[in-house]
Amino acid sequence: MTHLKTGALAFAAALLMSGSAFAQTRALSYNADFDPTPLAAFQALIADFEAENPDIKVTLNNFDHEGYKTAIRNFLTADSPDLANWYAGNRMAPFVNSGQFLDVSDVWTDNGLGDQLASAKASMTIDGKQWGVPYTYYQWGIYYNKDVYKAAGVEVPTTWDGFIENCAKFQAAGIDCLTTGSKALWPIAGIFDYLNMRTNGYEFHMDLTAGKVAWTDDKVKATFAEWAKVVPYTTENHAAIDWQDAAALLVQGKAANYVMGNFAVATFKEGGMTNDSLGFMVFPEITAGLPRAEEAPTDTIHIPAGAKNVDDAKKFLAFVARADVQTKLNAALGQLPTNKGATVDAADPFISAGFESLSGAYALAQFFDRDAPAEMAKAGMEGFQEFMVKPDRLDAILERLEKARGNIYK
Amino acid sequence: MSSYWKRNQLRIAPWLFLAPGAAMFLVYVIIPIFQSLSISFYDWDGLGEAVYIGTENYVELIDDDAFYTSLKNNVIWLLLYLLAVPLGLFLAIFLNQTVRGIRIYKSLFFFPFVVSQVVVGLMFSWFYAPNFGLLYKLIELVTGNGIAILAEEDYVTYGIIVAGLWPQIAYVMILYITGLNNIAPDQVEAARLDGAKGLKMLWYVILPQLRPATFIAVVVTVIGALRSFDLVSIMTDGGPYGSSRVLSFYMYEQALSEYGFRMGYGAAIAVVLFAIMMVFISGFIWKMWRDETER
Amino acid sequence: MFPRPIDQTSPLTQRLYTIALPIALILWLLPLLGVAVTSVRPASDLAQGNYFGMPSYIAFENYISVFRDSDLGRYMVNSLKVTIPTVIGAVVLSCMTGFALGIYKFRSNLLVFFLFVAGNFVPFQILMVPVRDLTLDLGMYNSWTGLAMFHIAFQTGFCTLFMRNFIKALPFELIEAARVEGVSEIRIFWYIVLPLMKPAIAALSVLIFTFIWNDFFWATVLTTTKETQPITAGLSSLNGQWVAAWHLVSAGSILAALPPVLMFFLMQKHFIAGLTLGAVK
Repeated sequence: MTHLKTGALAFAAALLMSGSAFAQTRALSYNADFDPTPLAAFQALIADFEAENPDIKVTLNNFDHEGYKTAIRNFLTADSPDLANWYAGNRMAPFVNSGQFLDVSDVWTDNGLGDQLASAKASMTIDGKQWGVPYTYYQWGIYYNKDVYKAAGVEVPTTWDGFIENCAKFQAAGIDCLTTGSKALWPIAGIFDYLNMRTNGYEFHMDLTAGKVAWTDDKVKATFAEWAKVVPYTTENHAAIDWQDAAALLVQGKAANYVMGNFAVATFKEGGMTNDSLGFMVFPEITAGLPRAEEAPTDTIHIPAGAKNVDDAKKFLAFVARADVQTKLNAALGQLPTNKGATVDAADPFISAGFESLSGAYALAQFFDRDAPAEMAKAGMEGFQEFMVKPDRLDAILERLEKARGNIYK
Repeated sequence: MSSYWKRNQLRIAPWLFLAPGAAMFLVYVIIPIFQSLSISFYDWDGLGEAVYIGTENYVELIDDDAFYTSLKNNVIWLLLYLLAVPLGLFLAIFLNQTVRGIRIYKSLFFFPFVVSQVVVGLMFSWFYAPNFGLLYKLIELVTGNGIAILAEEDYVTYGIIVAGLWPQIAYVMILYITGLNNIAPDQVEAARLDGAKGLKMLWYVILPQLRPATFIAVVVTVIGALRSFDLVSIMTDGGPYGSSRVLSFYMYEQALSEYGFRMGYGAAIAVVLFAIMMVFISGFIWKMWRDETER
Repeated sequence: MFPRPIDQTSPLTQRLYTIALPIALILWLLPLLGVAVTSVRPASDLAQGNYFGMPSYIAFENYISVFRDSDLGRYMVNSLKVTIPTVIGAVVLSCMTGFALGIYKFRSNLLVFFLFVAGNFVPFQILMVPVRDLTLDLGMYNSWTGLAMFHIAFQTGFCTLFMRNFIKALPFELIEAARVEGVSEIRIFWYIVLPLMKPAIAALSVLIFTFIWNDFFWATVLTTTKETQPITAGLSSLNGQWVAAWHLVSAGSILAALPPVLMFFLMQKHFIAGLTLGAVK
C-alpha cells in the first residue's frame, strides 16, 4: 500500500505548496482493477466528473486484475479508499456481511435508480438495501464460426436438440462442435449455468447457488444429462488449455461453437474474424416454455466503510449511474450500460444482439462464481471439469458437492 | 560500568551479537509457528472477527477428499523426488573426469538449479503443451495419439515431479562431485589393488566416504519435495480438478486465493504439513546433535 | 580417483565417452534449448505452426517487445530492490550470530544454534498467515521493505548455520592470543574474524542472491501490484496475459533467469563452495 501513502503524501505536499488555490479541492481516492481499455474509458469518465465538479479531485489507483482480488481484503481493513470496484451478487456478500461496504440505498432512492437500474437492482440488494452501483454488464451466449457452419452445411439451431444434431455433422467433418478451455475453470461454469437455467429455470439456478437445493437433486442430474449429450463433441484437451487457446480453435475453424462472454469478441477479432464470419446466438431452448434467463455479470462500484469522503463518493456513484454517462462509458468499454435510459452502438452487431437478448430476458443471473459463495464456486467448477473428463463419475462428484454444500452454507 | 563490561564481556558479548539476528528470526519465524497453531482453532476470513471453533477445522480436514488427494501427492512427491539422489550420483560419476572442457560441462549440467522454479515450470509447460509441445509430439509420433500430460489426472503429478527433479538432480550432482573430489585416493588405490572395481568399489569403498554428501542430499531433497509449491502453482494451479494439489498448495488455496479466505482452515493444513516436516527435521537435528557432541 | 580416469581406459571407451558427453548435455538441456530457440522465433512462425523447424529469422524483437510492451523491466528492478537489501541484511546479521555461536561457549549455545537450523527447514505455509498479518500491521504489505524484512529474517537461519560452521573451522588460537592481549570482543570480531570471513561472505552473498531472486511463494503472498512485484510473480502474471504467445513467455523466462545465471558463472567457485558446505568433512 505504500504507493497509496506516497500518493496521498505527494498530494498533501502539493496542497501545502500551492496554498489557497487548492484549498477548496476535496480528494476522492478510487481503487480499481481495470485492464488497459477500460482504464482509458474510466480516465475519460473521471475527467468528465471533475469537469462537472471542479472542487473534487479523483485519484485513481489501478491494480492488476488478478492481484486486486486479494488486495481488496487488505485495503478495506488497513488503508481504505473512498471508492472501490467489485462485483454484484454473492461475490459482494462477504464484504457486506462483515460491514466493509457502506449501505448506499439513499443514492438509489434520491436518484430514482430503482427504476433506471431495475434490471440490476436484485443483484445489488442484500437485506433489502443496496450496497453499490453497477456501471456495466455484458451478455453471455454462444459465439460461432459462420464459415464453419456454411462448410458443414448446417443451419443455426433454435433448440438444444437441434444443436446436438448439428454436432454429429460437425464431428463427421472433423470439427469440434463445442470448444472451451477449462484450465482456469470458470469458462465451463458458463456452460453449466446455461444448461441448468434452460433445463430447470432461473429460480432453480438461484436456489442451487444459494445452497437451498441438494446437488444430488434429480433436477441437477437432469442438467448433467443434457451436458452429457455434448461432452463427446467438446474439444478433447480442454482441461489443458486456456480460454484464449480455445478461442484460437474457433478462429481457425477447428471448432464451431463457444459458450462465452462478450469480452471474447475482441479476442476473436484480433485472431482475424469479422462481423461476417463471427456469429452470436442466444443459448438454445431445452425445456420448452421456460422463461428465458441470461447470464449478465455486472461490474460495480462500492463505498468502503472506511471511506473518508463519503459525500463526494456518493456524488460519484450517482454520476456513474446516469444514463448519458453510462452511454459514453459503455461505448468505450464495448459493453452494455445497466441504465435502461442509456443507448448502445447499433452498428456493433454483438452489442446490439446482447442488448436485445438481455432486455428481453425474464431474469439475469450473475454467473456461477458470483452467485455462489467462493468456496462452493471453486468446488463446483472442479466438479464440472471432472465431469467433462470423466462423465461416468457423476454420482461421486455430486455426492462430493453435496458434502461441500453441507460445510459451506452454515 | 566499564569495569563491569571488562569483567563480564565474555558472558555478555555473545548475546549482544546474537540479539539482532535472533530477534528478527524470533519475530518472523519462531513466533508465527505458534500463531499459526493458534489460528488453526479459529474460523476467520481475514475480514471480520475470528471465531474460536476448537478442533472443528481438523475434524473437517479428516473428512476432506481434497486433503487426502494432497497428502497422497505429497507422498508420491517425496518418494519420487528421492530419485534425485541416485540419479545425481550417477551424473556426478559420469562427469567426474578430467577430459578437456569438463569444467564447462559440469557448469552446464548444473545450470537448471540456478534457474527459478517459475521459469522451470514454464519451460516444462511448453514441453508438455498439447498439440505442439515437444513431448506431446514425441508421444504422438510413437503411439499415434498425443497425451496432454498436465490435463490427465493420472499423469499430471508425475509430469510436475519430473520438472522438479531436473534442478534437484543438478543440485545433488554438484554435492557428489565435490564429495568425489575429496575421497582419499590412497584408499581407492588400495581397494583397486585388492581387485575391487565397478559397483562393488562404489558400494563398499566410495559410498561410505560420500556419507556426508548423501546426508545433505537427502536433507535438501526431502525439504524440497515437501515445499513443492512453485511448480504446482505455475504449471497446473492444482488442476485438473484438483488432482495435482499438494499440501503446501492446498493450504495457500484455502487461505489466500481467489476462491478461499479460510485462514483457520488453511492454518490447520499448514500445521499438518509442519507435523510431517517435523518428523524429518527432528531426524536431521538429532543426527547433527550427535555429530556436534561427539567432536 | 573414482571412477577410473577415462585416459586409463581402452581407446574405444574414450571415444564413446567423448561422444556421449555432448549428447547427454543436449538431452539434459533440451527444455532449456527449446525455450531459447522459441524466444527468438518470430510470432509468425508460431502462427503458421512452425514450432520445431528453423526459425524463419532470428527475432530479437521478441526481447525488445517484452521490454517495451510489458512491465518486465519494472519487475526486474523490483526484484533487485528486494534482493540486494536482503543479501546485505542477512549477511550482516549472520556474521554476528555466526560469530556468537562459533566462538563462545555458553550453555544454550547448541540450543540456539539448532533453533536457527530447524527454523530454516520449516514449511513456508506455517508462517504464511501470521507473517502476512504482521507485514500488514507494520504497514509494509505490498512493498519491497515488507518482503525484504521477511527474507532477511528467514535467511538468517541458513546463513547462521553456514557462518557458524565456517567460523568454527577458523584457528581459535588467533582469538585466544588476542584475548590475552586484552583486545575487546568487538575488536576481535571486527579486526580478526571478519577479515577471515571474506570467502564465506562472498559465497553466502551469491547464494542468497539466487535464492531470493528465485523466490515465488513470498512474492505472491506479500506483494500484489506491478509497482512492487518481483520478477517471479511478475512473470507468472505476464504468463496469464501472454496466453499462446510462447515466443514472449520464452523471452521473458530467459530474461528472468539471466541475473542468477550470470551470478553463477561469474562467481562459480564461491557459489559451489557455499552450496556444498558440509558435503565433505
